[in-house]
Amino acid sequence: MTEKEREIVIPGEIIKEGDDYLPGEGTRREGKNIIASRFGLKDEQNRLVRIIPLSGVYIPRRGNLVIGTVADISFNGWMMDINAPYSSFLPVTECPRFFKKDDLAEYFGIGDLIACKVDSVKRKGVDLTIMPRGLGKLEDGMIIQVNSNKVPRVIGKEGSMISMIKEATGCEITIGQNGLVWIKGNSVDDELFAKETIMFVTEKSFVDGLTEKTEKFLEEGMKKRGKIESARNEEGEI
Amino acid sequence: MSEGSYKKRFDGRKLDETRKIKAEVGIIPNADGSAMFSFGDTIAIAAVYGPKVMHPQHNQNPEKGTLRVNYDMLTFSVTERKKPGPSRRSQEISKVTEWALEPVVMLDDFPNTVVDVHITILQANASTRCAGINAAALALAHAGIPMKELVCSVSVGKMDKTIVVDVIKEEEDYEEGEGATDIAMSFTSNSGKLTHLQLDGNISAKELKEAIETGKKACKEIYEIQKKTLKSIKE
Repeated sequence: MTEKEREIVIPGEIIKEGDDYLPGEGTRREGKNIIASRFGLKDEQNRLVRIIPLSGVYIPRRGNLVIGTVADISFNGWMMDINAPYSSFLPVTECPRFFKKDDLAEYFGIGDLIACKVDSVKRKGVDLTIMPRGLGKLEDGMIIQVNSNKVPRVIGKEGSMISMIKEATGCEITIGQNGLVWIKGNSVDDELFAKETIMFVTEKSFVDGLTEKTEKFLEEGMKKRGKIESARNEEGEI
Repeated sequence: MSEGSYKKRFDGRKLDETRKIKAEVGIIPNADGSAMFSFGDTIAIAAVYGPKVMHPQHNQNPEKGTLRVNYDMLTFSVTERKKPGPSRRSQEISKVTEWALEPVVMLDDFPNTVVDVHITILQANASTRCAGINAAALALAHAGIPMKELVCSVSVGKMDKTIVVDVIKEEEDYEEGEGATDIAMSFTSNSGKLTHLQLDGNISAKELKEAIETGKKACKEIYEIQKKTLKSIKE
């Protein structure tokens, strides 16, 4: 993917004339022209035109990793809240171990945070699964919320940004496509530092050379924290 | 048009000139989409929340999402303090705004949900519903709601026999000759279809047609401003 300036388009705008292109997400064909159906950035790939959203609520897609809260427990699964305009459901049959059906609250109670994958998106709602490895209940750590449209920036190209943050802070981080981020580190200070860095990335998401800037931010942060820690150690010696 | 008693406008504008228009997008950080739109002294802000699951459940529509508009004036927006809370007038304008915007939003992919639009008038000098509709259209686009096109709204007045664009309070109260007629209208941005038309006063069919044509022209200018505002946004 080449990093070139993408144009902002608004609803109703003609974004492509003629039959050479196919209308992708957020666009529609009207006669000869392809017209934008929503506000966002125009993205052309091969012969497909689509619109990358800049704002708005999270719309679940199949295969997305999301972090959800248990909202209710039914007889065969959990109703989840994933910050999307659909009701979402995690059935017991989509759990990797054997769960006794008579008391589901034993496994996940109301308010628990669960990392899950979107299994299917239907008109009536979203089905979730925790079958793939690494999914399930999130314990300890802290949870923060970021704008769901900024998630790709926080993850970076092939996870470059997030692995950099993980390495520098020594935290375990799970990012849900719905904008919820779970951070677990060795100390609260580490977690707060990771949080600050993620917030920095989301705020500066439109800046060029974001990766370098984040690297600098991490370095400076580490220096500051290094000072604090050495000061603490000295105090301890006295 | 020249024989009427109203020849020069109170604020010295040309007959087909709107007040100074200002627009801004993304002014409310906690909303999913937001915008400010002003015609001179009339300032409207709009915040969009959703699509989100509709509550109470009996209002859910399993076929498509619902658009819900709430229009309100702040107590200090007018000279005489406005009693806070919904009134007959604000309920009417909420509903009318909803109908003006409904033809362009496409909520078929969001059954059982609602898109909430909250329009607040910070300062009023006539044409508040038009400023509100313009702000709401910008905010809906900013919230990433699928839309066919934008909506632009303007008020056209007939002072005695003269047709003017973007009415102010003094003109609304004009009493000489045939008096004042205030026509609020909204058009879709590209196809130029009428989505909303309200009229207060007396007017002949011929004059009304003329007024609509005048309004359509003014809406083109408003669209250009809306377009510029949305395009100038930083990621």
